[in-house]
Amino acid sequence: MTAPRDTWAKPPFIANPVLRWAVYLGVIAYFGWVGLTMPIDWNRVAEGIGRAGKIFGGAFPPSFERSGLLIDGFLESLKIAVLATALGVFLSIPIAFMSAGNVAPKPVFYLGRAIIIIARSFHPVIVAILFVKAVGFGPFAGVLTLTVYSIGFVAKMLAERIEEIDFGQVEAMRAAGAPYFSTLSYAIFPQIMPRQIGLTIYQLDSNLRASAVVGIVGAGGIGATLANAFGRYDYDFALAITIVIVGVILFSEAVSGVIRKRIQ
Amino acid sequence: MLKITDLVKRYGSGDPVLKNLDLTIEGESVVSIIGSSGAGKSTLLRCINRLVEPTSGTVELNGTDLTRLRGKNLRAARRKIGMVFQGFNLVDRLTVMENVQSGRLGYISTWSAITRRYPKQDIRRAYELMERVGIAHYADTRADQLSGGERQRVGVVRALMQEPDILLADEPTASLDPKTSEQIMGLLRDLSRELKLPVLINIHNVNEAKEYTDRIVGMRYGRIIFDDKPDMLDPSAMEAIYAGSPHADRSGGPDDKAAAS
Repeated sequence: MTAPRDTWAKPPFIANPVLRWAVYLGVIAYFGWVGLTMPIDWNRVAEGIGRAGKIFGGAFPPSFERSGLLIDGFLESLKIAVLATALGVFLSIPIAFMSAGNVAPKPVFYLGRAIIIIARSFHPVIVAILFVKAVGFGPFAGVLTLTVYSIGFVAKMLAERIEEIDFGQVEAMRAAGAPYFSTLSYAIFPQIMPRQIGLTIYQLDSNLRASAVVGIVGAGGIGATLANAFGRYDYDFALAITIVIVGVILFSEAVSGVIRKRIQ
Repeated sequence: MLKITDLVKRYGSGDPVLKNLDLTIEGESVVSIIGSSGAGKSTLLRCINRLVEPTSGTVELNGTDLTRLRGKNLRAARRKIGMVFQGFNLVDRLTVMENVQSGRLGYISTWSAITRRYPKQDIRRAYELMERVGIAHYADTRADQLSGGERQRVGVVRALMQEPDILLADEPTASLDPKTSEQIMGLLRDLSRELKLPVLINIHNVNEAKEYTDRIVGMRYGRIIFDDKPDMLDPSAMEAIYAGSPHADRSGGPDDKAAAS
């Protein structure tokens, strides 16, 4: 009988030593190559710093003179966010059920997942550029963009929640001979409802933020006001807009945080 | 009358979980099924209402073969089979009344179900049954606020709301403490007498099976190897049902042959 061992080391991250060192060296080599080949023109960076100074100099003090424009822009952003959230969440529910492997048949499941992947694969700014081309400048393009954005997020998260439900409740409804939609309504909806509400509030918050970004490419709202201010070198007005955006987002985050905490 | 003939259930290509099983339940008797974990008790129960799809064989309830039914006909047949679950399977976030009424989902329209407009006679029946098992004062309480015994009473009332021809109970007391467990077993026995309802109970607790049921069916490794009055369950019968390990059975060891012969 051999004496018990008294040394132990945590098994390495990658068991195969050859593979392990290949991965380490590969990562180091890639970063070295990136650092050497990235075209950074230090002269232009130096010039740019001066320009940045001018912009910031022009921005102080922020100007709230045209607050009417600012308020209009914001109200439009809010409208875009609310409409897009309502539309997006409404469409997300059936798509989420389609994309949940435990309740949807295989072909429907693949279709649902495909919709989600497509909705998620483009950044809202790219979607916004497409919609601005399709339906013209203005808030309607923003609503469509953020609807797609909402579907990508809400449907995916909701589908994951549906896949986590306690299936015993569904089994009980089936055992009682309940038809399909009655089963959904009694055994699944109550289980996903808290997540559903939480996601909706989070998405409203998120859409408000995103509506400022997509406005820059022409999809309406406060983003459009901001882009115009920059275009006309009104840096002081731009700073005022930025401050208000930050303030509103802080406020909406706080509110949505409180609401989500209270739902159980 | 429930008549199971030559029932086989096989998952994938492995050994069957149920092997050419025959079982008949007549009249309003309380029948318990005992056997170690993995013997196929739960699968048997779920093959009756098709929560599990039988591989072959027939399950007849009052003359209808349940194994061939699909869609609407299957749902209509399931309405007549009440089921009580080990983990209760209540909808935690709904009220006790909604849980109880969910036993009627097979009878009422989807619209009435979603809008919670239940027929008057269903509401009356719900209150009567809840009164009978002592949970009527919880009608508006959320199901997750109740204790284990109370939750199982909701489960029983939900099943009875179906006006079933037979009640299946899959280890209805396994999640309960000993005292509550006896209360639920007593309740199932009494309700069976009052409503003239045959009840089929999977159970691990042999003493409760002896005390509260009229007939005991012993299962081992997918077969019925004992079927008689509780008094006839002597130590040698117990030995045949419970001795050895499921693993030995599966690997076709001597235990299996002894039990099967």
